[in-house]
Amino acid sequence: MDKEDIPFDEMFMAGGGIRWPYSGYHQWLEDQHVRRLQQKSSEADALFRSVGVTFNVYGNKDADERLIPFDIVPRIISAAEWSKLTRGIEQRIRAINAFLHDIYHRQEIIRAGTLPANLLTGNSAFLPQMIGVTPPGNVYTHIVGTDIIRTGENEFLVLEDNARTPSGVSYMLQNRETMLQMFPDLFSAVSVRPVSDYPRFLRRCLSDCPPPRCEGRPVIGVLTPGIHNSAYFEHAFLADQMGTELVEGHDLRVVGGRIAMRTIRGYVPVDVLYRRVDDDFLDPLNFRPDSLLGVPGILDVYRAGGVTLVNAPGTGIADDKAIYSYIPDIIRFYTGEAPLLGNVPTWRCSEPDHLAYALENLSELVVKEIHGSGGYGMLVGPAASKQELEDFRQLLSSRPDNYIAQPTMCLSTVPIFARSGLAPRHVDLRPFVLVSPDRIHISPGGLTRVALKEGSLVVNSSQGGGTKDTWVLED
Amino acid sequence: MVLGRTADGLFWMFRYLERSENTARLVGAGLRIALTRSRSGAEEWSSIISTAGATDAFLARHQGYEFDGVVDFMLRDRSNPSSVMSLIEAARNNARAVRTALTSEVWEATNETWMSLRSALKTPVTHHGLPDVLSLIRQQSAYVRGALHGTMLRNEMFNFARLGTFLERADNTARILDVKYYVLLPSVVHVGAPIDNVQWETILRSVSAEHSYDWLSEGDPDPAGIARFLIVDGRMPRSMAFCCNQILENLRHLESDLPNPAPSPSLTLAEELTSSLRSRDINEVLEEGLHEFIQEFISRLGNLGGQIETDYRFHA
Repeated sequence: MDKEDIPFDEMFMAGGGIRWPYSGYHQWLEDQHVRRLQQKSSEADALFRSVGVTFNVYGNKDADERLIPFDIVPRIISAAEWSKLTRGIEQRIRAINAFLHDIYHRQEIIRAGTLPANLLTGNSAFLPQMIGVTPPGNVYTHIVGTDIIRTGENEFLVLEDNARTPSGVSYMLQNRETMLQMFPDLFSAVSVRPVSDYPRFLRRCLSDCPPPRCEGRPVIGVLTPGIHNSAYFEHAFLADQMGTELVEGHDLRVVGGRIAMRTIRGYVPVDVLYRRVDDDFLDPLNFRPDSLLGVPGILDVYRAGGVTLVNAPGTGIADDKAIYSYIPDIIRFYTGEAPLLGNVPTWRCSEPDHLAYALENLSELVVKEIHGSGGYGMLVGPAASKQELEDFRQLLSSRPDNYIAQPTMCLSTVPIFARSGLAPRHVDLRPFVLVSPDRIHISPGGLTRVALKEGSLVVNSSQGGGTKDTWVLED
Repeated sequence: MVLGRTADGLFWMFRYLERSENTARLVGAGLRIALTRSRSGAEEWSSIISTAGATDAFLARHQGYEFDGVVDFMLRDRSNPSSVMSLIEAARNNARAVRTALTSEVWEATNETWMSLRSALKTPVTHHGLPDVLSLIRQQSAYVRGALHGTMLRNEMFNFARLGTFLERADNTARILDVKYYVLLPSVVHVGAPIDNVQWETILRSVSAEHSYDWLSEGDPDPAGIARFLIVDGRMPRSMAFCCNQILENLRHLESDLPNPAPSPSLTLAEELTSSLRSRDINEVLEEGLHEFIQEFISRLGNLGGQIETDYRFHA
């Protein structure tokens, strides 16, 4: 990011005027007393605590449950902006599913020379166990959370594809619920598209892909690693909202070629598992033998059509940060269309000239681990100290394959309600996508993450980010 | 469909909650005695620790039975698994694990109980502050119970919650009697000596029944009357008989829609236990040995709990 760069603010125009999607909100805001807003802001915290919308921070010795700070100023997207975004996301996700099917079958994209074969060999996200397996309904990524950043009036870019087990959707729902409780009048002043039907759509999406051996209405379960997982609240929340079982690995076992859960009356088969357990931990017989979170033999049952796993095992190969840079080519290859949404320019450090560029310009770049997530193990060049830069230079030189580098993008800003009044902070956006064999549903809105520290570009909740309610306006 | 793990979580969640309430009640009764008769304070505190089955753990940490040590151990000490704070934390962890089986009202009541007690018990409780803390615990328990009764479906999940409550309560009442049985023995009442009715009052107070006993009985408390009240009186919600009836009712409900007419082993055990109380004459019990009678009851109750865990597949 150049020093002169002025971030694009989604509410206030450079001259001080209000961008039109925010005009209704701004009008309402003018009539509010600051004191009332301050009071509401602290009420929101108490509300989140008593509902228990908390997350556990890994590596935090205290192991205390923390709240993700919630900001009461909504992030607002116009109907036109939204429809442009959703078309781009749909296209991308269709291509990703076609890519996954191809990569686990004929690998045409490698034969055609569009994707280098060495991206698969030795890539731990690629699961040889999935070769030749077609998941029920041919859907690989039932649930996706595509991370979008905005850099200008018309510039939306995809930052990450999150095709494994994206989290955060419970915050989308809880944030809206909180806003509705605190400011009911606001929602009669501005027409906002509802998001509360997400659990119903999710349930439908899960029911849309029953395994071949399912008879009748599919029995659905959410598989959680348990109460110590950082996203446990979300697992319980979604199971509760859908009216499905919330199961842990030790509730399940293989019975007669099916996955069955231990009920008070005996073992009962479950057809579709929305699993929030990573591939590695899913099946100690097929993957990590030390895993206590999974079910021994579940992958074999899956391959034999006894259960649907959502998302399919092995989808990580599509949101791998090394593959990411090829997604525009992947879209062209499978859809024959030009990508509607762009990528952030990416240097693959595995390539010598890219590595050289990255090392040379380290202080201006963001460097990420290929398999990293949650803002861990990354470098934000412009914000790093000399020592941090030096340490990362060493890491990068010793394992270049493990990293990609990107320019520091100037994320758009939306005001937050700070002590001093409205103050701009950088945001990103994670819309939530549900994929069925014959349709793709995108909830109008998503999770807006906001870097609460002035000037900061890191929005991850584990790194001090907060969230906002995200509005998509009615047409 | 109820998962075995869910049944387990609900059962123990309500056992923990019930036990925390009983612990608070015991401490309250002890406080009362300590205030009114300072000389028997240490003796009273030691019997409270003994009722909680924590004598060894307590003595490993404390020199003698002083107010500060006992109250801290029973309310705040996280290394004591039956302190109120440990129990509330365990109950809340269970509630999180079975979150989908609870209404949001029950969950929020449990979560708020945890939050408010955590803040009330952050620092040691003073003599002065104890009544307020105890009344907070009482209020919070009532809050969770009210949410349970007002919002939960009367289905199997509810049955497991109730089974946990009444198994724990029966056990607690029996333990109170077991530690204090000697004050109910006929030999203790010396002819002509002033009757030690403070001890009796403590027993009644430990089960929140000091007024209901007066209400039901005509005249002063006497050992047989108190024993009858706590063991066989079906109107008294903390009596062993009342709890057994509730256990039986909930087990019957669990089996009511099963095609198999043969009763489960746990139902059979519960029926035997209930009828062992129903048919007893209290004077006979006192003569034959209250202590042995209670010991036998506690052990059979333990077996029943274990059988429920087996019959309903709590564990893999």
